[in-house]
Parts: sequence; C-alpha cells; structure tokens
Amino acid sequence: MTTINESRPAQGLRADDRRDEQVHESTKPLGGIAGWVDDRVGAAKGVSFLLKKVFPDHWSFMLGEIAMYSMIVCLLTGAFLTFWFVPSQTLVPYDGSYIPLQGVMVSDAYRSTLDISFDIRGGLLIRQIHHWGALIFIVAVFAHMARVFFTGAFRKPREINWVFGTILSMLACIEGFAGYSLPDDLLSGTGIRAMNGFVQSIPVVGSYVSYFIFGGAFPGEAIVPRLYSVHILLIPAILIGLFTAHILLVFVHKHTQYPGPGRTNTNVVGYPLMPVYIAKAGGFFFMVFGVITLISALFTINPIWAYGPYDPSPVTAGSQPDWYMGFADGALRLLPGWFEFVSWGDFTWSMNIFPGSILLLPIMWGVIGAYPFVESWVTGDKREHHLLDRPRNAPTRTAIGVAGITMYCVLFFAAGNDLIAIKLHLSINDITMALRTLFFIGPPIAFWITKRICLSLQRADREKVLHGRETGTIWRYPDGRFEEIHAPLTPNERWPLVQHEVPEPLQIIAEKDENGVDSPIARKERLRAKLSHFYFVDRVAPVTPAELEAAHHAHDEPHAALPAGEHEALESTGAGAERESIKADKRLD
Amino acid sequence: MNDNETTAPGESGALVSATPGGVVAQSQADAVDRFENPGLPPHVHRLADDDESAAKRAERQVATMFGLSMLGALVFLVAYFVVPDESTFYFPGIGIASTQNVVLGVSLGISILMIGLGAVHWAKTLMPDTEVVEERHLQASSPEDRAKAVASVSKGGEAAQLPRRPLIKYTLGGALGLFALPLGLQVAGSLGPTDVEELKTTIWDPSYNDGKPIRLMRDPEMTPIKLEDVTNGSVFHVMPETLQKFIDEGKHVLEAKAKAAVILIRLDPELIKVQKARDWGVDGTVAYSKICTHVGCAVGLYEQQTHHLLCPCHQSTFDLTEDCTVIFGPAKRPLPQLKIQVDDAGYLVAPQGFDQPVGPSFWERLR
Repeated sequence: MTTINESRPAQGLRADDRRDEQVHESTKPLGGIAGWVDDRVGAAKGVSFLLKKVFPDHWSFMLGEIAMYSMIVCLLTGAFLTFWFVPSQTLVPYDGSYIPLQGVMVSDAYRSTLDISFDIRGGLLIRQIHHWGALIFIVAVFAHMARVFFTGAFRKPREINWVFGTILSMLACIEGFAGYSLPDDLLSGTGIRAMNGFVQSIPVVGSYVSYFIFGGAFPGEAIVPRLYSVHILLIPAILIGLFTAHILLVFVHKHTQYPGPGRTNTNVVGYPLMPVYIAKAGGFFFMVFGVITLISALFTINPIWAYGPYDPSPVTAGSQPDWYMGFADGALRLLPGWFEFVSWGDFTWSMNIFPGSILLLPIMWGVIGAYPFVESWVTGDKREHHLLDRPRNAPTRTAIGVAGITMYCVLFFAAGNDLIAIKLHLSINDITMALRTLFFIGPPIAFWITKRICLSLQRADREKVLHGRETGTIWRYPDGRFEEIHAPLTPNERWPLVQHEVPEPLQIIAEKDENGVDSPIARKERLRAKLSHFYFVDRVAPVTPAELEAAHHAHDEPHAALPAGEHEALESTGAGAERESIKADKRLD
Repeated sequence: MNDNETTAPGESGALVSATPGGVVAQSQADAVDRFENPGLPPHVHRLADDDESAAKRAERQVATMFGLSMLGALVFLVAYFVVPDESTFYFPGIGIASTQNVVLGVSLGISILMIGLGAVHWAKTLMPDTEVVEERHLQASSPEDRAKAVASVSKGGEAAQLPRRPLIKYTLGGALGLFALPLGLQVAGSLGPTDVEELKTTIWDPSYNDGKPIRLMRDPEMTPIKLEDVTNGSVFHVMPETLQKFIDEGKHVLEAKAKAAVILIRLDPELIKVQKARDWGVDGTVAYSKICTHVGCAVGLYEQQTHHLLCPCHQSTFDLTEDCTVIFGPAKRPLPQLKIQVDDAGYLVAPQGFDQPVGPSFWERLR
C-alpha cells in the first residue's frame, strides 16, 4: 500500500516518515472478542486495510464531513421525535400547557409538536437540534458541492460520485421540505398550499396529481401522514443508501489532494485512519454535534406556537420557506404573471408557475449533474485526476461556477424581496424589476469578473515565482530611492504555483471529407472546438525553469538589455550592484 | 472511441495528438520544460515531540476537556430532574429563554463538544504527524480481469442456455418489463379520488343552502355581518354561513375554507372604476375571493391608502379600484368577485356564488 519509489522524488519518504510495515511491528495475537468475530467473519484483513487508509488534511475537506455528521445528528434526533410525533390531521382540542392555544381545535400533528415543545422534558431541545441540524446539513452539502466543483474534484474517475452527490443534495432539500411541513402550523401549511398550487400548474395532469397527492381536495387529511412516510422512510432510505455509496467510492478512489510538494497525481499524502483520522474525524463528529446542540440551546428555530395551527384563511406577512427552498420561491416571485395563457380548447397553461416550481428543480440539478460530462467532452481530457485544481488555474470553470451561484443568489434574494423592501425602505416593485434584470445580466457579469480575477491571480502567481515574495522590508538607498526587498521562493513554496497544466484550445481539422462535403461529425466537432476555445482561449502559463532562470539573470545583471516595459527593467536601474549585494544578504535568512 | 487514431497536423504545424472526430489538441510545447516536484518538505517537530513537559501539558489539556465533557453530562442528568418546566429567565442578547432548554442544551452541548475538542487536540499534539504516502493505481481493472469478467458473464449466460433459447429471453424481458406496472397502477391509482371538477365549486354556491342566498359571516366567529357594521376602509375576513354545517360535523372544514375564504372591504364607491364591480357590491362594499390566483395563499394584506390587496407569499398586488386586476407580481388573473346584497334583515348575503373557479389556475379551469 504505502510503497516507496526512489526513482521519483515526489514519492520518496523522508527518513522519519513511517512506513506501513512499522504499523504492524508490534502485532499482538488477535484474541478476545475480536478473535471470536474474526473466526466467524474473517474481517481482520479488511479492517487492517481500512485502518491504514490515508486521508489528506485540508479544511475544505471538512465541509463534506459536516454534512455527513449533521445528517447523522438528524437521523438520531429524528428517531427520538417519532416517539412523540403523531402524523395525523384529525382535529382535536389543544389541552397542553401552552396557554394561548388552549381549547383551540388543532390537528393532532400540531398538538403533538406543541407537546414535544412544551410538555415533553427536553423535547424542545431535541426538536431544535433536529431543525438546526437539517439547516446546517443542507448548508454543508452545498458548501461541499461548491468545494468539489471549484477544485475540479468531479473529474474522472469521480463523475459517478458527483452524480450521487447531486442526487443527494436534491433529496436533502426535498427531505427538508417534507420535514418542516409536518407540524401542520400556519407557516408550513401555507407552504403546502403553495405546493398544491405548483402541482396544479402542471400541464394536462396537474389537477389529478394534486388530488393524488392530497388524497382529494386540498388540504384533506392525507398529506401529513404521507409526507411523514416520505420524510422518515422513503427519502431517508434512499439518502442513506446513496450516502453509503458516496462514502464507499471515496474509499475506492482514495481522497483527492491539493497540489503541494511531494503530492502527485499517483499518490495520496496524509495521515492514516488509525489513529489520526479516527481521532480527528471522530472528534469532529462530536464537535459538529456539540455546536448544533449549543445553537439549539440558545436560539429558537421554527416557533410553531407563535404561528398557530394551519387554517387556509389567515396569513402571516413575510411567509417564507426554509432557506434551501428560497431559490424556488424567489423564482416564483420573479416570473411575470403574463406568462400564463389559455390555448385553443380553453386549456390553461400556468407558465408563470410551472417553470419556477416544478421544472426548476430537475433543471437545476440536471445541469449540475451533467457538468462533469460536458467539461470532459469539451476538454477531451480522459485522464484520471487526483490532484485538485486551484480555482484560479481553471478560470472558465470557476467563472461558470460563480455565474451559476450568482443566478442562484438572485433567486434566493428574490424570495426575500418583501423583507428587503421593508428593511431598506425600498419599493418592492423596483426590487423585483431589478432582480428580474439581474437574473439575466448578473451571471455574465459575474462570469467576466471572476475569470478576470482568476487570470490576474495567475499572473500574480507568476510574478511571485519570478520575483519572489514581498518581505515587507523597505530599503532606503543613499540616493533617496525606496524599494521593497523581495525574497525568492523556496522550491517547496514555488511548486504549488508552477505545477499545473494549462490546456490549449482544441483545433478543428478535417472539416470536410475527401469529397469536400461537410461531414456531420465536423459540425458537432466545430461546436466542441468553439466550446474548447471558450474554455481555454485566455490562459496564463505557469513559469518555466527557463523563465525563472532568465528573471534571475535580469536581477543579477541589471545592465543587461531587457525587453522594453518589463518590470525588471524598471526595477534594476541605478546602483544595481550595490543593491543586489544587500538583497543577497537579506536572502540568506 | 478510438484514441489511437492519428491525423494530420493542425494549422499551427505543432505536434497534434489526435482525438476522435477530427479535433486535435496541440501538445504542450513546453511539456519538458517544467519544474520538478521537490518532494515532501522536511518534517517539522512539534513542541510535544521533543519536550516531555509540553507533551505532559498537552495530555493535561486533553484530559481537562474530557473531564469537562463528563461534567456537562452530569449537569444534564441533574438538571433534567431539577429545572422546572415553566421556568424562564432573561438571557442577555437573546431575550427571554426557557431555563430548561438552555440548561439542558448547554450542558449536553458541552458534554458532546468537549469529547470532540479533546480528541482533535490529542490528535494534533500527541498523535504522529509524519505524513504517510499511499500509492494510487489506475481505477480501471487490468485487461485480464476485464476479460475474465466478460468470460464469466458470457459463460454463465451460455450455461443458462440464454442465447440458444430466445423464447425465454424475450418472455423474461416482457415479464420484467410489465411486472412493475400493476404495482405502479395500484399506488398511483389509489392515492386519491379524481373528482377534480370539485376545484371549480365553492360552498358559496346557493345549492349548498337550498338555493337561498348565503349570508356572509365573520371568520372565525361565524356571526353575520350587517351592512352598517362595515365602515369605510374596514376589512372583514369572511366565510359563508354554509360553513357552519361543516364545522358542526367536524369534517372537511379546511377543504371548504380553502376555497371559500372571502375578503370584504368598504371604500368610497366613487373610487371603484369598474361598473360591474360597483354593481356586485353594496354602496362601495365589495367582496372578493381571498385565495390568490397565483398559488393559492390567502391575500390578506390590504393597503388602505392605495386600495391594493397584497399576497404575502409572492407579492402579487391586486387593485381594488380596478376590480382586483393584477397590477404587479406573478399572478395573472384578477381575484374573482363575489356578488353581494343586503337581505330583508339587513345582513349581507351572496345570492349566486362565484362566477368562475377561485384560486390557482389549473389545466381544465375553463373547460
């Protein structure tokens, strides 16, 4: 497993690095319970294989861990909640200890949720841990997804895992929606009411689907029990299954790593599961659980007693879904009403609702899930990638990601257009119009800015490699000039800035076949070449050893002729030799 | 895909590596002129690696965290029995908080968090921090393994006589294709009734009241409303008197309310610009469906100055002076108006119900 290949420096181990043989040096005979189990299942080999797995360290790898742990927290507290929650919409008089609602006819679901909050000791805490855990779960899922996207971790061989993750993130949102709808309070009931409107907007079958889902007319008494089985059985089963596959594939592929000295595309450098990652990852579970618990102890979430039971007639201002459904709600607020029309045959097409609600989710997650395949087709890159990209080194991808996030954020903020209007004393109409415009012009602007920033950062990297890092030491010379001393990078500092490849655009050949006719393949390939051009036309190559050599040369021989306008030329005028010797002294430490 | 195909060089004359279909990538001319990976950086010892007293200190810190965790758990166990259910206190910066929730939550949180902090601190200070290198291998199986897998599949298929007995192959395919249909039909077909025509009716229809006009009742008190009760600018949330039957039976109350909710507003008759809207009201008192024509939220926000009705869900705005047409937002259709009159006893009644389906649009709405 941890083999050494002396011929390649990157894989060489240091004298004090542990080799896997050392792990086994003090093997004790397997006895006791472990021996008993191994006699029956023969797990020792697999266990020792697992315990030796190496994981690289990086803070951004912990985003997925947060998602995993908060999901486990939700599973645990969710199991607790099922002991008290009653998934029924039968109306009962409330007789619990929350005085303002005593005697009010409420559904059993709402009554039992109030009981969990007021009459079951510690119940409110468990409920709040469950809700906060779910919110943090989905935040972490999206943050993890962004990390994977921007570092290119979805590339071969991990495309399947990206698709799994895409499905997981969509299921997480649906699971959350199903969950917060269960208490049958006024806010969540309003959400269900809107959901009914979404479903009714489906062309041809909408009204039937609505009657199927609600077991008849809205709201009926079927939706809470049905959402309950969806929330505690159906989706969790798929979530856990896909999540297990997701994690298994991480073990199969071995974790990706950021570029750095000694890290290559053919190794993984880090710490073994036993003992370091058991302690770090296991400990991190407790940290995530602990922090969620502290938040739940101190900050109220979803105070359903303040909203009251669901009733289709009253309404609260500022009705909004949980954050992860905000983008869909925002899409509905931005779609103009005139999109609805009546076709021949008097059929009503609710195109002011259908695209923003029913279509939006599969489209958004479909585009996300398809991205790795599109990129690999455009780039023609069929190699395995285990070293992550620094986002700046993939400017087009990073810009596409930021454009997508911008689009998402426009929709997300649109879901709060009423609150923005109230808090900032603005006209809601202006805000909505502005957001409608931003939905279209925001992403291209974000794309352009991001790409420029990435390219500039790459140029800054080049600058740093060629001329060293700024030391913050300012020197004043006898002739009055000031100059900041630059310290050259060590090979270890330099490597992350120069290790990446810069692909060039694919070029078209053979547009026509031998008879001079456009071949159908060529048409598809022209598109591919265009996209490839779009991806790679602007590029900054990493510094090569020759360039570095030339730059050093320029520093050392200040009077040598240099291309006009070059930074070095400006820097190296005047009493060069003297200054260079000072610089050289400074470099020594 | 044939990755080995070679093709002519591209325009630039640089070396090209061919990819299928005639697009080529220019090879990187500077591929050779690259920096070498410098190899793993030297290992830097931590304080606790060399200094036994630092290691001891780290040990004490870890043990303290685990100790705090135990303390938190004990506090929880005691507080569970000691802290009364109704007790509240003022928490600076947060407000009135339930003592029980805060004490139980904080003690449990500390007991859990400290295990994590202790374990991570232990790993970072005392566990080995020399990096381990694990080799990767190409993800694909070796050609031999692939061939073996193909062989065992085709061998198994032959052993089962699949290629030789097409009748079995096709009937099995048909059976597997069909068997899920009954299950799918059962669940989809039995989920709910399909009397979607219901969507077009409300209990404002006089047929729910033996053909007699239906009184407008205050929601939720269910008391009738006299015209003189409705002062200029006031807003009433209204239900039909036919709802009482549902309330008494305790059945389908919400389903009936979900379509029947009405908002009653009085404004200066001169302000109403549409003749029909004036005719269907009484002295500027007009009644409109409260169910938004967008996705069905209750249109409950009335702006007295502008005479706009605003839906709090997606901000569709309806102009009361223009027969509740949409002046902004994602809704398309005006709120349907309910024709009202005053009966002999002076109460407001609706003689004919809505003239169109209320609430969100659906496919067969106009059919």
